Amino acid sequence: MIAIVDYGVGNLFSLSSSLDYLGLANTVTADADVLAQADRIILPGVGAFGDAMDKLRHTGLAEPIRALALRGKPLLGICLGMQLLFDSSEEYGTHEGLGLIPGTVVSLKDALEKQGFSYKVPHIGWNSLHLCRPDNPLMKGTSEGDFVYYVHSFYAVGCEEDTVANSEYGVPVAGAVNRGSVYGTQFHPEKSGSVGLRILRAFAEL
Amino acid sequence: MITKRIIPCLDIKDGRVVKGVNFEGIRTVADPVEMARFYNEQGADELVFYDITASAEGRSLFTDVLREVARQVFIPLTVGGAISSLEDFDRVLKCGADKVSVNTGAIANPGLIRAAAERYGNQCVVLSMDIKRVDGGFHLFAKGGRVDTGIDALEWAARGEAEGAGELVANSIDTDGVKNGFDLELLEALSRRVSIPIIASGGAGSMEDFRSLFALPGVDAGLAASIFHFKEVSIRDLKQYLSENGIAMRL
Repeated sequence: MIAIVDYGVGNLFSLSSSLDYLGLANTVTADADVLAQADRIILPGVGAFGDAMDKLRHTGLAEPIRALALRGKPLLGICLGMQLLFDSSEEYGTHEGLGLIPGTVVSLKDALEKQGFSYKVPHIGWNSLHLCRPDNPLMKGTSEGDFVYYVHSFYAVGCEEDTVANSEYGVPVAGAVNRGSVYGTQFHPEKSGSVGLRILRAFAEL
Repeated sequence: MITKRIIPCLDIKDGRVVKGVNFEGIRTVADPVEMARFYNEQGADELVFYDITASAEGRSLFTDVLREVARQVFIPLTVGGAISSLEDFDRVLKCGADKVSVNTGAIANPGLIRAAAERYGNQCVVLSMDIKRVDGGFHLFAKGGRVDTGIDALEWAARGEAEGAGELVANSIDTDGVKNGFDLELLEALSRRVSIPIIASGGAGSMEDFRSLFALPGVDAGLAASIFHFKEVSIRDLKQYLSENGIAMRL
């Protein structure tokens, strides 16, 4: 059973539908006991980092998720859910994250401007993956150059060591990360067609 | 490498797909769920659904359709049509929409853009604009292209970006349904004014029209309905053709 964390942010319907489509048992839950019993956990999320982290704490789920992941339960953060895995974010002030993967979340716009690029922000659309660690189990159904769907304005830096795949958008954007049993994708696997479905299946088979 | 996007648009009325010419004379085409699946297999990069039903009954048919599409098709879905409140955002997002397109609702209440961006994130808010040339300028039209608001469309686009819209759809009433190419003049003017992604709509009649469109660096996506619905152009062939012409495409 895969538990999808429901803490009041994001489009859980698509994620749940994509797991159903793959024949993977899943449940949308805000109950820490259900998370404890699940085989694996998916942490989705859209919106602002600080707001999402507050909600995760107020629902009492931040600590259980962190503890379960540290004990080895596979955890996949998607989009903002991946950003929450890092130490902190600079989105509208500085906010502390779950601290499961070393790194910081910063403004993509600032980074592009610093380098003199005129790329648009948000980074919206299909971008190709470069597999930094092709042998990583999350990427076992994915090939170099496969396209995935991104939509975000902030991105993770200082996480090169744990970056499994990235995409070029003026700067290298960490697309997928992994440390121990903790995984994250900045892109939306549930919106990335057949490539994304293969990534979700790979997570279910970890 | 980020790609340009090809987006088929499905106008839904009472649970069926329809397509008008210059916003009038609506014809019924096919079953939306079947079409969504077909476009997904053809390589569509996203799908847009406009709810053009007037009745409450039609509206619930629409959400049924949306839910069914979201169960089977795993690419981004944008929904528009009569979105005028946060409750409307909530209703369609719960049925599987990823982005919500606002048009007349945002003209009536510009605060809606900011309120929705704060609650759901900028990426969720697509500002859709119906634009027509009036007295040498570009005017913003409301209510499905029927009412001239007198607002300068370029000003409105810039304001939409400032309020928090994540993308713009520019639909040219002058070229819509005419199949003689996108409104390149309008799109170029818009891309000089805003820095968020621009989706061009209205006027696609051939594969060459998309090639000319993507020659404009400021345009990120091309949206069309009838040429895809009536199989005049297949999305797979179109993307192959554009890729052969040096335009980044997801194949």
